[in-house]
Amino acid sequence: MFYREAGQFKSSYKEDQAIFPILQDRIGMGIILLIAFVGIPLFTGDYFIGAIMTPFLILALAAIGLNILTGYAGQISLGTGGFMAVGAFAAYKFATFTFTFGGFEGTMPLVITILLSGVMAALVGIMFGIPSLRIKGFYLAVATLAAQFFIEWVFIKVGWFTNYSPSGVITAPPLIIMGYEFDTAAEKYLFTLTFVAILALAAKNLVRSHIGRGWMAIRDMDIAAEIIGFKPLQTKLSAFAVSSFFCGVAGALWAFVHLGTVEPEAFGINRSFAILFMVIIGGMGSILGSFIGAAFIMLLPIFLNNVPPMIGWNIGVDMVAHLEFMVFGVLIIFFLIVEPHGLARLWTIGKEKLRTWPFPY
Amino acid sequence: MTEQTVNPGEVLLEVEDISLSFGAVRAISDVSFDIKKGEIRAIIGPNGAGKTSMLNCINGFYHPQQGTITYKGQKRSQMKPYEAAAQGIARTFQNVALFRGMTTLDNIMTGRNLKMKSGLFSSMLWWGSAQKEELEHRRYVEDIIDFLEIEAIRKTPVGRLPYGLQKRVELGRALAAEPELLLLDEPMAGMNLEEKEDMCRFILDVNDEFGTTICLIEHDMGVVMDISDRVMVLDYGGKIGDGLPEEVRSNQKVIDAYLGGGH
Amino acid sequence: MLDFLFFVEVLLSGLLTGALYSLVALGFVLIFKASGVFNFAQGAMMLFAALSLVGVQEMLGVHWTIAFIITVGIMIALAWCVEKFVLGKLVNQEPIILFMATIGVTFFLDGFGQTIWGSDIKILDIGLPNGAFDVGGVFIDQLELVAGLTAGALVIILAIFFNKTKIGRALRAVADDHQAAMSVGISLRYIWIVVWTVAGLVGLVAGIMWGSKLGVQFSLSLIALKALPVLMLGGFTSIPGAIVGGLIIGAGEKLAEIYVGDLVGGAIENWFAYMLAMVFLLFRPQGLFGEKIIERV
Repeated sequence: MFYREAGQFKSSYKEDQAIFPILQDRIGMGIILLIAFVGIPLFTGDYFIGAIMTPFLILALAAIGLNILTGYAGQISLGTGGFMAVGAFAAYKFATFTFTFGGFEGTMPLVITILLSGVMAALVGIMFGIPSLRIKGFYLAVATLAAQFFIEWVFIKVGWFTNYSPSGVITAPPLIIMGYEFDTAAEKYLFTLTFVAILALAAKNLVRSHIGRGWMAIRDMDIAAEIIGFKPLQTKLSAFAVSSFFCGVAGALWAFVHLGTVEPEAFGINRSFAILFMVIIGGMGSILGSFIGAAFIMLLPIFLNNVPPMIGWNIGVDMVAHLEFMVFGVLIIFFLIVEPHGLARLWTIGKEKLRTWPFPY
Repeated sequence: MTEQTVNPGEVLLEVEDISLSFGAVRAISDVSFDIKKGEIRAIIGPNGAGKTSMLNCINGFYHPQQGTITYKGQKRSQMKPYEAAAQGIARTFQNVALFRGMTTLDNIMTGRNLKMKSGLFSSMLWWGSAQKEELEHRRYVEDIIDFLEIEAIRKTPVGRLPYGLQKRVELGRALAAEPELLLLDEPMAGMNLEEKEDMCRFILDVNDEFGTTICLIEHDMGVVMDISDRVMVLDYGGKIGDGLPEEVRSNQKVIDAYLGGGH
Repeated sequence: MLDFLFFVEVLLSGLLTGALYSLVALGFVLIFKASGVFNFAQGAMMLFAALSLVGVQEMLGVHWTIAFIITVGIMIALAWCVEKFVLGKLVNQEPIILFMATIGVTFFLDGFGQTIWGSDIKILDIGLPNGAFDVGGVFIDQLELVAGLTAGALVIILAIFFNKTKIGRALRAVADDHQAAMSVGISLRYIWIVVWTVAGLVGLVAGIMWGSKLGVQFSLSLIALKALPVLMLGGFTSIPGAIVGGLIIGAGEKLAEIYVGDLVGGAIENWFAYMLAMVFLLFRPQGLFGEKIIERV
């Protein structure tokens, strides 16, 4: 079947505003979801699922979070790791909190724990978003470093957050929903996938709503946005809140599902940078781009670690690390030169060409 | 804080003795004028006469150091631009200020923002009220798109559009807010004759059909004299003439300012 | 009395460390001023310069002055490469894209420097004085003092360079308006290479100072992050701002660590500078030396 929209007429604005207005895209998305939910757990191994797919999905979620703030609302943030840490440690505190309710003693349900930890991250995000009203551009980027370092420091220094664990490390409780424990790699993967799929859809809906348009308006020209009636405070802080919510949930999943035991250093400045790269390389202002970027940044080190030995080139481990840095740097520059708007843009351009192929005029 | 309803012909906005300066530079000095409901009011004057600054004061972007602005019978204190927007003042800009990363449709949709109320959660779900609201506003925006004859560029990112069309989209964005007072900052600058004629027609139609009060800045004298009801002339931040187009045209001070005499 | 002397000692030490931050910040400012590029790679350039200096010295076994001259050559080559392969290909892109590109340069330089020169901690000794001396009961670290004086001297040299030389005038013209500068016949390429070279040399000097203090190691490139709050305070385009900002951050950080840090568990040096800069900007968004921003539409 050709990639064509000829013959697909839209008779209502509702159809025109669907996420995938073209039939072929809908089919494609269906196939991807089918592979993700059925194919991967059935036909791939634990290593692929546990060490690649699950972290990929979680990082993609964090990248969506940062993309909302940086790509859509135009506020550069270097504090993503900090907000993820808030999510992780909040989830830990909620999960280890035992409450008594009319003689019944119990802990909070897992899903609510994770969502609440996102809410906590959102609150912290709002707090650190307040300076964005006065501080703009690169100055703001530097200001978000304050969030990054301060939050990291708090979790290292304040014992309460780790329940006074002497090593400063927290261990996540088992993942139990309604008495069922998610403990194999495939189950954990499906758990993560469900979260990520639902939240990605929510993000997509949000950015095409009037709220998302407000973010983009502030990004493209903040003065004009204010003059046509967007309140800068509300618009910017809502972007910080939603973005931090996503990062917080990603942090909680990273701690509970992927790592199991976590120390604050897992959410250091390098994490923030890695997620920023995902957004840049994938495409700013694109939800799809967040996934592509995350996949790219995840796969590159694996690729670099495996290729030299494969072609019979034996180099030391630290040499690989240095080479990784170099290749990484070169690739970032390369992508920026080839397509400053990221891989997602290449995808869109490709689709547009395909639509009119073979007669582009 | 009650707003009055203003009937056609009555004063909608009154500016009294306002002065604005940036440090030692005086942009506006002691200017008074009014805008009546339903009229097309023009502000003209040489470059640097303080015209744009005047619009900026009216929609709350600049705050004059002296003088008062009364809108719908209500004296305004230091107000933010978005508050002015909420009261029904919309505008376009001298240098097109569209959201370059967004499509024509989305740009005009942003003009509806003050009327869209659905919350974060229902927007995330894209279900029920949020979707209904979005589609209702889409319908209104499509009417504007039809009115301005820009159907073909609906889904084009505005950054790619030629200048004349960008100006048109910007007018559409301002109209989407259903303003009571529309401020147009040089709506015809840099346009060719044909585009100017189109724009004139749109301005007159807006004024006619929706009864929108319009205050515009323009350099093209012919256009100003043809379409406006009253004209105010600024020079060096001060008012040097005000009245019907014919009166202004024969005002000696105005002639001097434009022909460079007397300076 | 003793308390007061101690306070003076902490303050002085803070100010002198601040001068070291200023040295890094200076490189940022030069590039931002002349090309509007927020050069994240300044720290990596500093590390790379210091690594090259030590590396050349070890490899060829020459006196450090000769190694210094060779390193200057390397930094010029680096500036040329950056212009040729990175910035030159990204003309007219948005600032954020250029910023990202410099992050790419950072990664490349960090990896490249360590690939060539190895990743062990190296001792950099070019005969700078070490140890502290006593002035009326206040101990002053000699190395820090040298660093402070060097920073001062560099600023004077740069001021002369900017204000009195032909290239300096061209640089200022480019900083004001790229297009206009090009239209009067200033080659943007040439200017960019010059400014990146100068920033690289400032990085080299900073690298020598920091390297003498801490040894040449990977963590030097993290010190560049400390230069960021300095920039926020002083403004991205102000050379005096970089110096004064550095002094404030250096002194504030040391004083806070000594007098407040213990109360809250220590190690507040990690974030104090950023918080200080952020709170300051809340009250004065244009920074210390910036002009009040008048927004226009």
